[in-house]
Amino acid sequence: MDTAQLIFKLILVVAIFAISLLIALYSTYAERKVAAFFQDRLGPNRAGPYGLLQPFADGIKMFLKEEIIPTNASAFLFIAGPSLAILTACIGSAVIPWGQKLTFGNTVIDLQVADINVGILYIFGVVSLGVYGIMIGGWASNNKYSLLGAIRAASQNISYEISMGLAIIALLLVTGTLSLRGIAEQQHGFWANGYFTWNVFKQPLGFLLFIICAFAETNRTPFDLPECETELVGGYHTEYSSMKLGFYLFSEYINMFVSSAVMATLYFGGYNFPFMDMLSKIIDPNWVTIIGVFLFFIKIACFIFFFMWVRWTIPRFRYDQLMDLGWKTLIPLAIANIVITGIVITFLNR
Amino acid sequence: MESLSNKRKVLIQKPLNFWERIYLPAIVKGLSITMSHFFRKPVTIQYPEQKREFSENFRGMHSLKRDEEGRERCTACGLCALSCPAEAISMIAAERKKGEENLYREEKYAAVYEINMLRCIFCGLCEEACPKEAIYLDGDIVPSEYLRKDFIYGKDKLVEAPLNQ
Repeated sequence: MDTAQLIFKLILVVAIFAISLLIALYSTYAERKVAAFFQDRLGPNRAGPYGLLQPFADGIKMFLKEEIIPTNASAFLFIAGPSLAILTACIGSAVIPWGQKLTFGNTVIDLQVADINVGILYIFGVVSLGVYGIMIGGWASNNKYSLLGAIRAASQNISYEISMGLAIIALLLVTGTLSLRGIAEQQHGFWANGYFTWNVFKQPLGFLLFIICAFAETNRTPFDLPECETELVGGYHTEYSSMKLGFYLFSEYINMFVSSAVMATLYFGGYNFPFMDMLSKIIDPNWVTIIGVFLFFIKIACFIFFFMWVRWTIPRFRYDQLMDLGWKTLIPLAIANIVITGIVITFLNR
Repeated sequence: MESLSNKRKVLIQKPLNFWERIYLPAIVKGLSITMSHFFRKPVTIQYPEQKREFSENFRGMHSLKRDEEGRERCTACGLCALSCPAEAISMIAAERKKGEENLYREEKYAAVYEINMLRCIFCGLCEEACPKEAIYLDGDIVPSEYLRKDFIYGKDKLVEAPLNQ
């Protein structure tokens, strides 16, 4: 890799980092605004036009608040918890392909930080690391509610990771590759060989399972039991204040962004869109790439909106219902999905 | 037992059928209900800028009235203070001097008239007790203040503005 490539990768890393932080920042604003609209209210509208500066006001508030570490808490782990949570949330986006390759003369620019051939496994690893931030924070708080919230988060993540993994296995049977770039390339365009190319049409049940598990993994309603206000005060972040609390809340939104990006890549064609081949004959292919990146972000925004839409519609599960759903419904369904996918692929390949 | 009100509903808990058990139709229905609210006009009234219309018999801040010639109607009889269940009203009476006929209608008037807005319960009994139709609760909502003493309203805040100004 020559210097120019290296510099470009660095720029890309910084850009993606900035974009995911910005999107997470404005997700907090969108959450409040969307919640307000669903409840026939107006939402934040005082800071700046339409309240657009609200997230910055919230951020400044978080930074200026007093830093409190409880006397009986383990200070090192207490700080390590939110740091780990935000770190794992931020590194997930490294393997996501944001667009096709840009070509300027001889230089080819890859809009993906790392095209590793185990992309999905990497994301999986990062997601399962994410629970450590919550677990450590809840344990270090030395508080019953925090500990209960942390334990809930851990067992919930473990339960739903299984069915998420099984849903992915069925997808891998279809794609035959673990690389996210490869999966995105396979979904090129919208229609090929008499069928849709997007994986959601090949794996509808798998997508349903995956999105349910994504809700559980990001601790969003209806699976937000780790921070269940009615039972656990604030859940794992009961004892947290100032920016450490901010990091926990922020990492939830970054996780939401990353899982939306993963869902869009795996099932909704990533940066591909209908008639892209026709369009690339008319205009410069680089422009098609840029349109693709733009549409990819629109897809992500739609998923984030869906996360919020569900949050303000469906009430929270009871804990035994959550476990019932995870172990008795989703896992058998995921296994059945693998079997059906395998049979169909065998028959199609004959 | 026989229901007397005829409103009793008998709840029959049937086991859920297949479509009810997979929850998804119900979730889609719920999502469509919330989506219909998403595009509805917000019901919020942005208070300091927008104000809701008061009903006709709304009782707000008090005002001491003037008659058609611009003279204060209050004669400091003290019936309002007597009728006040919250003991919010106090006054000091004074005699009208010669040459003040254009200021006060009666021969006796209230030199000091104070209402403690923190005590007032806005029941309107002072309004009903007044024989001279001098006090009405026809004002706005009492604004907020930082100090308790600022809630004791004197004549400067209570008396209506003079006619020709």
